[in-house]
Amino acid sequence: MTRRRKTGIPAKAWAGVALVAVALALLPFVAGLVGQTWVRILNFAMIYIMLALGLNIVVGFAGLLDLGYIAFYAVGAYMYALLASPHFNIHLPFWVILPMGAALACIFGVLLGAPTLKLRGDYLAIVTLGFGEIIRIFLNNLNAPINITSGPQGINLIDPFRIDGFSFSRTQSILGVAFSGPQKYYYMLLLITIAVIVVNLRLQNSRLGRAWEAIREDEVAAKAMGINTRNVKLLAFAMGASFGGVAGGIFSATQEFVSPESFGLFESIIVLAMVVLGGMGNIPGVILGAVLLTLLPEFLRATMEPLQNALFGRVLLDAETVRLLVFGIALVVIMLYRPAGLWPSAVRKRELESAKTGG
Amino acid sequence: MGALALLVAKNISKRFGGVQALGDVSFTINQGEIYGLIGPNGAGKTSLFNVLTGIYDPDDGSFMFGGEPLDHMKPNQVAERGIARTFQNIRLFQNLSALENVMIGRHVRTKAGVFGAILRDKGTLAEEAAIEKRSYELLEYVGVAKRANDLAKHLAYGDQRRLEIARALATEPKLLALDEPAAGMNATETQALKRLLEEIRRDGTTILLIEHDMKLVMSVCDRVLVLDYGRKIAEGSAAEVQNDPKVIAAYLGSDVALNLKGAA
Repeated sequence: MTRRRKTGIPAKAWAGVALVAVALALLPFVAGLVGQTWVRILNFAMIYIMLALGLNIVVGFAGLLDLGYIAFYAVGAYMYALLASPHFNIHLPFWVILPMGAALACIFGVLLGAPTLKLRGDYLAIVTLGFGEIIRIFLNNLNAPINITSGPQGINLIDPFRIDGFSFSRTQSILGVAFSGPQKYYYMLLLITIAVIVVNLRLQNSRLGRAWEAIREDEVAAKAMGINTRNVKLLAFAMGASFGGVAGGIFSATQEFVSPESFGLFESIIVLAMVVLGGMGNIPGVILGAVLLTLLPEFLRATMEPLQNALFGRVLLDAETVRLLVFGIALVVIMLYRPAGLWPSAVRKRELESAKTGG
Repeated sequence: MGALALLVAKNISKRFGGVQALGDVSFTINQGEIYGLIGPNGAGKTSLFNVLTGIYDPDDGSFMFGGEPLDHMKPNQVAERGIARTFQNIRLFQNLSALENVMIGRHVRTKAGVFGAILRDKGTLAEEAAIEKRSYELLEYVGVAKRANDLAKHLAYGDQRRLEIARALATEPKLLALDEPAAGMNATETQALKRLLEEIRRDGTTILLIEHDMKLVMSVCDRVLVLDYGRKIAEGSAAEVQNDPKVIAAYLGSDVALNLKGAA
């Protein structure tokens, strides 16, 4: 048996990691063969992975049902849009704005967390839902008397990621290989996503992560064990929100356009569905949920009309309608047959030195 | 005796609407003793626990713990001061492993924060290793080490009770408050529990014990406090309390007590 030791990971695991790395590196070119749209969809999947992992901290780890999570995504997105567009004629580089967006989202997370500390379950869900809507409505109306957000028109011509002269929005040939804009974003996003995953894995498996899980399991007992539930909950809101803020900034840059429409309740629900469907509290599960729920609708969108043409010789149902129908049915079926999610968390086994030697 | 007072409760009162859950209860727990708290159902034992551990604020009265007041403290602050408790209806972290339950008990005595968790610096790694090691030792101490990697909810009832004690011990309490630890245990398990309590005391932790199993209380407690309808009706050694007519009346009803008196 392969047993994890401090020195060295088994060769098999390395081979696995290498294989996945090669697959991830080639993926945008395989997708690019079908069309650049699919590379964009991959990028979206990664943005949703970040969002879902952020929400997972609040919902999955700390057990606080948050229906307004998309507000933090909006905060990050508008932060980027305002600080890197002709709107105010400010053009800060992305590596300055993304941390600022994360920090601002953090602050909003605490602002949402502080008044809701005593709420749980349905009550918390209602308040957070209201919070999400408040942010969206603010963005929608902050165009008068002073125009800050351009209201429902949104902000366009947002700067793409740029490092010196290297812009992520143009096709460019590097070492004889042509990289399209989305493909360049893909690698950037892959790096950020991996960082987000590592941070989440580390948070979960830490003193703080255990405190979150303790609150989820039994708040009274957690308090009695000396956990300052107020601070720990606020930290959950803040940490979760910060990932939403980063994802929002990236969304702004890749779309080069934001408007309040993108941050409605439906988006919050989709992200929550990714967490619940994948497996609340289990990081690989949440990632799976995010990928599936991003790809499945797009896949249905792309295949429904040709499929109907092939079967019936004409399009009976509009692709959009079928897409939502199949999507809804899929969610219901998954929840019926796998109520804990597609990939629920397993008991974390710990191999102890004392257990091996002393047992 | 010159025993050192660890916890002094003075005139503790607590009302819930029209119900006087606790009325003017005073007592002192000395360092190193096992102090029993008994009384019929609804006598206010658990209320006293909840007031002591900060879940409720008392309406009146105060606690001095290790020479310092415990007024208006939140449960986590009480735990930090050194009072750990278990619950009458077991409140473990059900979906976490037994080991993780105990590791959470170490929270209050450790300090890694967000950055430690993310960066995993040497200090944090060392702390994590120490938490894990100590938690495993505590599981061995209470005798559930074999189930370390099982979910708390999958443990046998008696093991869950013991796990709750291990989790409480992980907070390094000066006073361990146990709310009916023997409830639902069979005779063998109760015997093992008795040995565990004596061992905990020997290792320097004072114990406050609510228990309905009179055999256990009488054999293990140095002193016993009896509550009835929220009031203290007797305090003393197990033998003294057992023969107190007021205690007999509380448990068996006053008619019986009168008859007993008449017979005597």
